[in-house]
Amino acid sequence: MASALRGSLVSLVKGLSGPQWQLLASRPLSVSAALCGPEAPPARADATFKVTMLPGDGVGPELMTAVKDVFRAGDVPVEFEEFRLSEVQNMASEEKLEQVLTSLKINKVAMKGVIHTPMEFKGELASYEMRLRRKLDLFANVVHVNSLPGYSTRHNNLDLVIIREQTEGEYSSLEHESVPGVIECLKIITRVKSRRIAKFAFDYATKKGRSKVTAVHKANIMKLADGLFLQCCAEIAELYPKIKFETIIIDNCCMQLVQNPYQFDVLVMPNLYGNIIDNLAAGLVGGAGVVPGESYSGEYAVFETGARHPFAQAVGRNIANPTAMLLSAANMLRHLNLEYHSNMVSDAVKRVIKQGKVRTRDLGGYATTSDFVRVVTENLRHRPVR
Amino acid sequence: MTARSVQSVSGALKLLFNNRLTRVYGAATCTQRNKSSYTAIPPPARYGGRHTVTLIPGDGIGPELSKHVCELFRFCCVPVDFEVVNVDSTKDSEDDINNAIMAIRRNGVALKGNIETNHNLPPSYKSRNNLLRTTLDLYANVMHCQSLPGVRSRQTNIDIIIIRENTEGEYSSLEHENVPGVVECLKIITRTKSLRIADYAFKTARAQGRRRVTAVHKANIMKLADGLFLECCKEVASGYPEITFDSMIVDNTTMQLVSRPQQFDVMVMPNLYGNVVSNVCAGLVGGPGLVPGANYGTDYAVFETGTRNTGKSIANSNTANPTAMLLASCLLLDHLKLHAYASMLRRAILCTLTETRLHTADLGGHGSTSEVVHSIMSAVQSTGPRTLSI
Repeated sequence: MASALRGSLVSLVKGLSGPQWQLLASRPLSVSAALCGPEAPPARADATFKVTMLPGDGVGPELMTAVKDVFRAGDVPVEFEEFRLSEVQNMASEEKLEQVLTSLKINKVAMKGVIHTPMEFKGELASYEMRLRRKLDLFANVVHVNSLPGYSTRHNNLDLVIIREQTEGEYSSLEHESVPGVIECLKIITRVKSRRIAKFAFDYATKKGRSKVTAVHKANIMKLADGLFLQCCAEIAELYPKIKFETIIIDNCCMQLVQNPYQFDVLVMPNLYGNIIDNLAAGLVGGAGVVPGESYSGEYAVFETGARHPFAQAVGRNIANPTAMLLSAANMLRHLNLEYHSNMVSDAVKRVIKQGKVRTRDLGGYATTSDFVRVVTENLRHRPVR
Repeated sequence: MTARSVQSVSGALKLLFNNRLTRVYGAATCTQRNKSSYTAIPPPARYGGRHTVTLIPGDGIGPELSKHVCELFRFCCVPVDFEVVNVDSTKDSEDDINNAIMAIRRNGVALKGNIETNHNLPPSYKSRNNLLRTTLDLYANVMHCQSLPGVRSRQTNIDIIIIRENTEGEYSSLEHENVPGVVECLKIITRTKSLRIADYAFKTARAQGRRRVTAVHKANIMKLADGLFLECCKEVASGYPEITFDSMIVDNTTMQLVSRPQQFDVMVMPNLYGNVVSNVCAGLVGGPGLVPGANYGTDYAVFETGTRNTGKSIANSNTANPTAMLLASCLLLDHLKLHAYASMLRRAILCTLTETRLHTADLGGHGSTSEVVHSIMSAVQSTGPRTLSI
C-alpha cells in the first residue's frame, strides 16, 4: 500500500517536471534578475535556460565548442541541447528535423552553425537549411555590421544593420524546365511577407534607436515583384514618422557600400539581395569570422554567424575565427534577458580584439582558435569594479 | 489618411506600375491591391517570442507606476520590451498624442497611465485619453471588480464585470451654443455600435461562464437614444439563450450597487453611465488603486487602471497603490497570450495583498509603493516555478 502510494507520488512529481513545467520554469527565474536593482533579492542558483544547438558543418562544431568553453568559464546559466544535422555527412533525415523542431518548440531559442548545402541537384530543391527556416518561419535575418575597435580595415567605425527577408523571393525552390533547354526559376514576392519584413525593419530601427531605413530593390527591372516590395515598405514607413525612409537600387547600393558605407543605417531587402549585401558588408569589417547574425520568426529566434559559410577547408586545423559565433552567443544571452552575461562575453571578445595580441589568421595574426578562446576566457572576469 | 500613396517612391514608377499591372492582371486585381493596402492592419510587433508594447506613462502617478511595471517585468524575465512614448498634456498641439496613437498602431498593444485633461483650456482642446480611444476605435472598456479577502470594505463577495461602450454617447465631443445662453451637447447612440458592445458583453459572459447580463440605461427619459441601446441589447440577448438578460435604470443601479451589489454579474452600458458605475464599483471593492481596466477594439488593446484618474496629489511621494497598474499589466500579458507569466505575477500580487497584508495608505496600511513592489518580487521568487528541483 505504502509503496503503491509512493509510486503514485513519484509519477505525480514526474508529471510535474515534464516539458510543460520546464517550459514555464526555465525562463522566469534568471540570474540577471539580481542586477535589476540594488534592493532586489538575489536570484535562484538553479535557474537555467535551455537552448537548442545545431553545430552544422565545416567549422561549426569547433565554433560551438568555443562558445561552450566560454559559457562554462563565465558560469553562464545556459544549457545546450545538441543536434547533429548535416546533409553532407549523411546525418540528415526527416526524423532528425522533427527532433530539432520539437526541441525548438520548447526552447524557442537556438544557436546554429551552417548546414552545408551541396550544389548538385539530387531530386530535392529545398535544402535542409531552407526547410528548417521554412518550418520555423524564420522570416527575418539580421546582420549587424559593426567595426571592431582595434582591427582596422578600409572603413572604420562602421555601424549598419542589414535586414533580409529569407522565406520567399528567389529562394522559393520553384524551378522547372518548361521546354527542354529552358528553365524557369520563380521569384515570389507577396504582400503579406513584404509588409512583415518591412514592419520588422522599422520595429528594429525603433527599438535600437536608429534613424533611417533604406529599402534595397531592383524595381526598375522587376517592376511588379520588387515594385510590390517597395510599395509595402513605403506603406509601413508611414507608421513611423520619426524614421526616415529611402530607397536605393541594388547595383547602386553595392557601389555605395564599398565607396561610402557610412550613409546607410538600416537596410531592408528581399532574399537574394540580402544574401549578397550581407556578405559584402561582412567583408567591409573583416570577413565571415567576425560578423554575428540572427534570424527571427514570431515565435523563435536563431543565432548564427552573419555570413553563412561552413569554411570546410579549415576543419580540424584550429584556425577558424570564433569571434562571430561568440558575439552571436552574446546577442542570444541578451535575447534571453541575461544582460549581465551578454555584456561579459561581448566585452571580453572585444577587449581581446582591441588588444590585438591574439588574433586568428583571417585577421592577420598567428593564433589558433583555442588560443583565442583561452584568452577570451581569461578576460571574462576583468570587469571594471562598479 | 486617404491621401496615403507611394508618391515617396517615385511618381513615374507608380504610373508604370499601375499601367503594367492593369495590362497583366486586369482591372479587378489592380483595384483590389490598391484598396487593400491602406486598410490592412500591420502584423504585430512580435519577433523571436518577444513582444514590443507601447508604454504611455501619462501624468500624476503614471510615470512611477510604469517604472515599477518595467522593473517587475524585467525581474520576471517577461519577454516584453516597452517602447516608451511620452505625452505632454500641457502642450496645445496634438503631435504628442498622435505619436502615441501611431505607436499603438505599430505595436497593437499599449499600457497607459492616465493623461491629465485640463478643463480650463479652450473647448477645442480635446481630452487626450478620449482622442486615443476614439481614434483607435477601442469600443469596449472592460473592468472586473472583485472583492479581495485581504482588503477591508463595506461589501463582500462582489464579482462584477462592467462593460462600457467607449467611443460614442455623451463623449462624442459635439457641443455648441446655438443661441447665446443655450448649449446643446449631443449624445449619439448608434445601432451599429450598440449591437457591437452588446455582442461583446454576451460573448465575454459566455467565455467566462457568467449567467446574467444586465443592461443599464435611462430609457424612461431618453426614450429614443437609450431605447435604441436597450433594443439592441435585447436583440443580441436572443442569440444567447443560456444567459439571462435583464435591464435596470441607471439611478436604481447605483442605489442597488451600494446596497446589494452581489446581485450583479455582467453589466453592459453606454459611455457616461459606464464611467459612473465603474467608479462606484471600484469604490465598493477598495478604491482606485486596486482595479485594472482594459480597452479593447477589433485591432488594438490598451490597458490602464480601472478608474481613470491621474492621482496628481500623491505623485512622486511613493505612496500610490501599484496594484491596479500591475494587474493591468497582467491583463496585458494575458492579451499577448503569455498566460504563464500573467498568472505568476497575479498570484504574487494577490499574495502580497491578502497574505503578506502589505498595504499602501489608501487601504489603511503603512507600506510604500516600492515596498509593495519588492514584496511582490519576493513572492515571485518564493512561489514561482522551480527548475527541475522536484
